[in-house]
Amino acid sequence: MTFFFEVLIGGLLSGVMYSLVALGFVLIYKASGVFNFAQGAMVYFAAITFVGVTEFDISPWIAFPISLIVMVVLGLVVEKVVLRPLVNQPQITLFMVTIGLAFFIEGLAQLMWGANVRGLELGLQDVPLEWVSERWGMSISKFDLAAAGVAAILVTSLALLFNRTRIGRALRAVADDHQAALAVGIPLQQIWGIVWGVAGFVALVAGLLWGSRNGVQFALTFVALKALPVLILGGFESIPGAIVGGLIIGATEKLAEVYIGPMVGGGIEGWFPYMLALVFLLVRPEGLFGEKIIRRV
Amino acid sequence: MKMMMKSALLGLTMLGVASTAVAQDTQFIPILSYRVGPYAAGGSGYFGGAIDYFNLVNATGGINGVKLSWEECETEYNASRGVECYERLKKKHGGASTVEPLSTGIAYGLLDRVAQDKIPMTTFGYGSANAADGKVFKWVFPVGTTYWSQAAAMVEYLGQKVGGLDKLKGKKIVHLYHDSAFGKEPIPVFEALAAKHGFELIKIPVAHPGNTQQSQWLQIRQAQPDYVILWGWGVMNPTALKSAAKVGFPREKMLGVWWAGSEEDVIPAGDAAKGYVSAAFSAPGTNFPVMQDIHKKIYGAGKGNLEDPTRQGSIYHTRGVVYGMVIVEAIRKAQDKFGKGKVMTPDQVRWGLEHLDLSEARIKELGAAAMFPPIKTSCADHEGSGMVRFQQWDGKGFKPLTPFMAGDKALVRKMVDESAAKYAAEKKITPRDCSKEG
Repeated sequence: MTFFFEVLIGGLLSGVMYSLVALGFVLIYKASGVFNFAQGAMVYFAAITFVGVTEFDISPWIAFPISLIVMVVLGLVVEKVVLRPLVNQPQITLFMVTIGLAFFIEGLAQLMWGANVRGLELGLQDVPLEWVSERWGMSISKFDLAAAGVAAILVTSLALLFNRTRIGRALRAVADDHQAALAVGIPLQQIWGIVWGVAGFVALVAGLLWGSRNGVQFALTFVALKALPVLILGGFESIPGAIVGGLIIGATEKLAEVYIGPMVGGGIEGWFPYMLALVFLLVRPEGLFGEKIIRRV
Repeated sequence: MKMMMKSALLGLTMLGVASTAVAQDTQFIPILSYRVGPYAAGGSGYFGGAIDYFNLVNATGGINGVKLSWEECETEYNASRGVECYERLKKKHGGASTVEPLSTGIAYGLLDRVAQDKIPMTTFGYGSANAADGKVFKWVFPVGTTYWSQAAAMVEYLGQKVGGLDKLKGKKIVHLYHDSAFGKEPIPVFEALAAKHGFELIKIPVAHPGNTQQSQWLQIRQAQPDYVILWGWGVMNPTALKSAAKVGFPREKMLGVWWAGSEEDVIPAGDAAKGYVSAAFSAPGTNFPVMQDIHKKIYGAGKGNLEDPTRQGSIYHTRGVVYGMVIVEAIRKAQDKFGKGKVMTPDQVRWGLEHLDLSEARIKELGAAAMFPPIKTSCADHEGSGMVRFQQWDGKGFKPLTPFMAGDKALVRKMVDESAAKYAAEKKITPRDCSKEG
């Protein structure tokens, strides 16, 4: 039974890492109705920029704001050059644009900083908590707990931003209808700029945590794949949904790998979350926390 | 600024093609490289090493006066792009002498094409192990070692660690592998050796790309194995090392495949990688005379291929240099038979690859003593060695633990012959009669 809980808790904590990436998707989707395919590339770009800056013997405490500025500038440039000319275009057009953007950002990151694999130490040790190991014989990582703390702070801040501020209300209005929002005087470009900037910040945090665990390398772009089932489950426009979806996906994929995997040859972690999300789609297409869409016909 | 200039050059490579000195009176070698994408670190180091060696050969007069030429094409480690690159380059500059894709996927894609085009393909340390049987695979050369030979050598090493192969009886060994053809390739050898020596083999797959492995490592912790063999690639490797640290599994008891044994695999894992052991088919370092020559004559002249010159002597760079040396030696061998100072045809280069005799003395002459094991190929044996060495990461570099050593060669050869015969039957290939070959 101890082993079951160890897998479960480990899975929940892994899920938090997926949620961190999913949050970036949610932010942009909420504000523009666009599924930002480039979010994984942004995570990689943010992390490699941070490490690249530190390679000039710059302290990580200074590298962080520099990287943040780079990400915000990137977001603003994307808004001005790519999205602004496409206001009121069909969503599929905007989605296709983000696919192109993903390739561009991946290439730009390698062009600027090279393609070498780098290590990243944040001072958070990825080792088990001793007192938990001694008392319950379970291995719970200090790093995972710290990541969960970071995610909790992020989610609380973003939830407050969206629900308790004028900007948040404007964001929600823009997400509902670009044209109507413009008609009542909401500065669409400014809102999109803010959102892409915040998404850049979330990408930086996710990139640092994932980069610290796996190394800063191109494969960071793949973490976006882990966020997709989380979004389907939690809903594309819900910040709490990203967290709850992450927890469910993290826990179920680990339990499935350990308990079902051996029966079918193992290695099911890659596709199991997608299958779960697919089943969930059939039952609740808008996700757990997504807005139910009702259309008059 | 220098970085930006080099980045711009990298950008040109990303566009698809980067070329260097090419002419029809040169021996042309297409380079199917990957310098961007998830496996860029390996591709840039390996092909950088090969090009550095080719440049060194050209700078010192070529092969009996014949200069080498090459043209790069970016594959991004993508099988379809690799095949496209091969098709684009195979007839250029008088035709390709030989091709090395450094990718199992691309190699499989080219298997039938190289036989049709009659261009020898090398697969240094990867690909299908049965290609070691030259009777069936006339145009494919897994020179040095295959995954099967490596798997056998790993078991041999573990046997030495526990005080003899007989002491492996009752031990538990986990095979933690990338859930792909690459990761599954050594399983038949591990299973055969588990049956022979009585150890328990626990197979645990990791789904691509392997950037989360918590459940696998909890399973490993529960199984309490004596050793874990890490058959990983790319991001899977540092993730495995970090995950091992997380569950408290000693890194000294982890044994990695050679694709999990480069600086790029351990540096991202930080302290979690200390003590980790991996296999290698060449030795890293800058002290070998050939590496010193490259440093002085190529990097000293500003012609080095590595974007970051501090990577000289790294695992991937030296592997690339060794690849370059073997190819040049094959061309030299062919010239000895077909005419010194002449450009060799692909078939003549194939003959050279089939008659390699890189003895310890010859390797020393090339300035690479102990950098790689002796290689002697033949019509029937396209591998020619089967030896690997084991090395340990101490936090700063890989230190050798053993000399180059082989595993159960007889068992591996028997399996190679059986598998190749099966392939020949499926593809309706009549195996060559090596007694009639020149």
